[in-house]
Amino acid sequence: MEAEESPGKPPEYVLHLYITGVTPNSTRAVRNIKDICEQYLPGRYELLIVDIYQQPEKAQDEDLIGMPVLIKRSPGLVRRLVGDLSDRQRVLAALGLPPEATTSR
Amino acid sequence: MTSFIPGLPQLPKAPTGIEGLDEITEGGFPLGRPTLVCGSAGCGKTLLAIEFLVRGIQEFHEPGVLMTFEETADELAANVASLGFDLPALQAQKLLKLDHVHVDRSEIEETGEYDLEGLFIRLGHAIDSIGAKRVVLDTIEALFSGFPNEGVLRSEIRRLFRWLKDKGVTTIITAERGEGSLTRQGLEEYVSDCVILLDNRVIDQITTRRLRIVKYRGSTHGTNEYPYLISEEGISVLPVTSLQLRHDVSDEVVSSGIPALDDMFGRRGWYVGSSILITGTAGTAKTTLATAFAHEMCRQNKRCLFFAFEESPQQLVRNMRSVGMDLQPCVDSGLLHIEAARPTLNGLERHLVTIHRLVKQLKPEAVVIDPISNLVSVGNIAEVRSMLTRLIDYLKVNGITALFTSLVSGRNIQQEMTEEGVSSLVDTWISVRDLEGVGERNRGLSILKSRGMAHSNQVREFLVTEQGIRLLDVVIGPSGIVTGASRLTQQIQEQALAAAHQQELDRRDRELERKRRVLEATIANLRTEFESVEDELRKINDEELTREQALALGRQQVARAFPTEKNPNPAGDGNHA
Repeated sequence: MEAEESPGKPPEYVLHLYITGVTPNSTRAVRNIKDICEQYLPGRYELLIVDIYQQPEKAQDEDLIGMPVLIKRSPGLVRRLVGDLSDRQRVLAALGLPPEATTSR
Repeated sequence: MTSFIPGLPQLPKAPTGIEGLDEITEGGFPLGRPTLVCGSAGCGKTLLAIEFLVRGIQEFHEPGVLMTFEETADELAANVASLGFDLPALQAQKLLKLDHVHVDRSEIEETGEYDLEGLFIRLGHAIDSIGAKRVVLDTIEALFSGFPNEGVLRSEIRRLFRWLKDKGVTTIITAERGEGSLTRQGLEEYVSDCVILLDNRVIDQITTRRLRIVKYRGSTHGTNEYPYLISEEGISVLPVTSLQLRHDVSDEVVSSGIPALDDMFGRRGWYVGSSILITGTAGTAKTTLATAFAHEMCRQNKRCLFFAFEESPQQLVRNMRSVGMDLQPCVDSGLLHIEAARPTLNGLERHLVTIHRLVKQLKPEAVVIDPISNLVSVGNIAEVRSMLTRLIDYLKVNGITALFTSLVSGRNIQQEMTEEGVSSLVDTWISVRDLEGVGERNRGLSILKSRGMAHSNQVREFLVTEQGIRLLDVVIGPSGIVTGASRLTQQIQEQALAAAHQQELDRRDRELERKRRVLEATIANLRTEFESVEDELRKINDEELTREQALALGRQQVARAFPTEKNPNPAGDGNHA
């Protein structure tokens, strides 16, 4: 488990990423979410990465099925983003961020 | 429970503990392998699966994991609490682990490649935490509604089953019945070891539940469709044909309640624990005969259970009072329990459940069902037969004497009963019928069969009197056994005949006497005749003698007158005379 927090005021985005060890999907998911956070939410997020191989009881508590999964706790409704987060448009839409084309570059 | 050919290795099985199911699967589900239970809505898939788990815990000490995809743990616990399954308590004892997998399409966003490792981890964790041997997945198809990527799902489900097999847990996977296939998502493709199909069918407005083993790899199994019940005690499959005839028998005999009827049996009654069938047309006192038996049981201080499908208890008590049987004290003392219900009130299976429950509860020594023919109105003949087979076997195994009455139509009595097929199930079969003569009907009773006992072959007329049932002596007329008014006529005729015969006898006696007297008179006559002849002869003889003497005397006198002439010897007495 590792947590990356920006200091100061409480973070706007609370994201929990559950992974399964170092499977390709999981490592891709970690890379992708870090990318997105750094690019779109610098300083506005709290990211918690949990390896459920280490904490199997979490799987039931968090009702995990498809892996890896990113759970967006806030803001807004709780959303579950299943997969390696490589579909960036979808990830952004689910996180309530404007689509890539208009915001970046 | 099942008989295996010794020496042959058998597929290891996990007994389900579900009544009847272990018999048709010959021991249970394949041990350590997945079993698919499929069926349409409301046929008890979840219940069967949960019962498998709970019985596994209670009877075989195998902890279990229940993973539900539809109902939450609380809902499930509430649903099965009515069956006496206390899921929270089992959870507290760490014998059962419940895990509700919530699948909500609206919460889930696919953002790339994924697998269902989460499910594996949850399941693995649950299994390991309590050392589970049994797992139920109810209903895994729900995943298809949450995850749109079918390719991933299918490969993951295949992997899951493989993984469960490797784990060595006996698994039940439930699935909804699909159109044209066993399951909606074709799960039978992945579970190839054992597939059980549940079916809920409505025929003629009556629902029957049926179970069939579609396949069972590596094992023989019952192949029929078996009706099953969902009762207060859970699921009960009715494996009619696989039930084995292996119950203990009693050598004791119990009275039928009618002494004259007892006399018709070689051992004065029928065996304890046997089944008796009384068939007859309408109004032939079947109920009265049945009640007489129930009354007799109560009189002997034995508990009796009476199922009346035609009369209410009060009506039965009142009606039987008119024939000299007061049931009220028996009912009051609790020896007699009358359970009355219209057959159409419930389906057949429900009736069977009621009977089972009451028998279990009251532990009677005799059960009377009056009449079984009414049950045909709630099921077809085959179903009634299978129910009765099951019932009779159940009662026999428990050593309970069972008496059934059955209404048959006036014609073809034999044929009808063969159709219903009950006759071959019962040990003793008494037939009561109308003996219709000129202008009157009489009741006749005969024993069609009585296994293991000599019995009378006569058709006996009987009367229902205020003192109960009375069997009359057999009267045989010129054209067979006669009854009723003809019986009286016959008796009068016979009396007249007997009188005439007596008179004839008397007349002959008198004749003989006369003849004897005549003979004696003749003899006397002859004797008199003989005596007179004898007299005559004697008289003649005397006269002859007298004459000769006279002649001799005369000669002497003559000789004395001329003494010299012819007498050379003058010496002698003549000189001195």
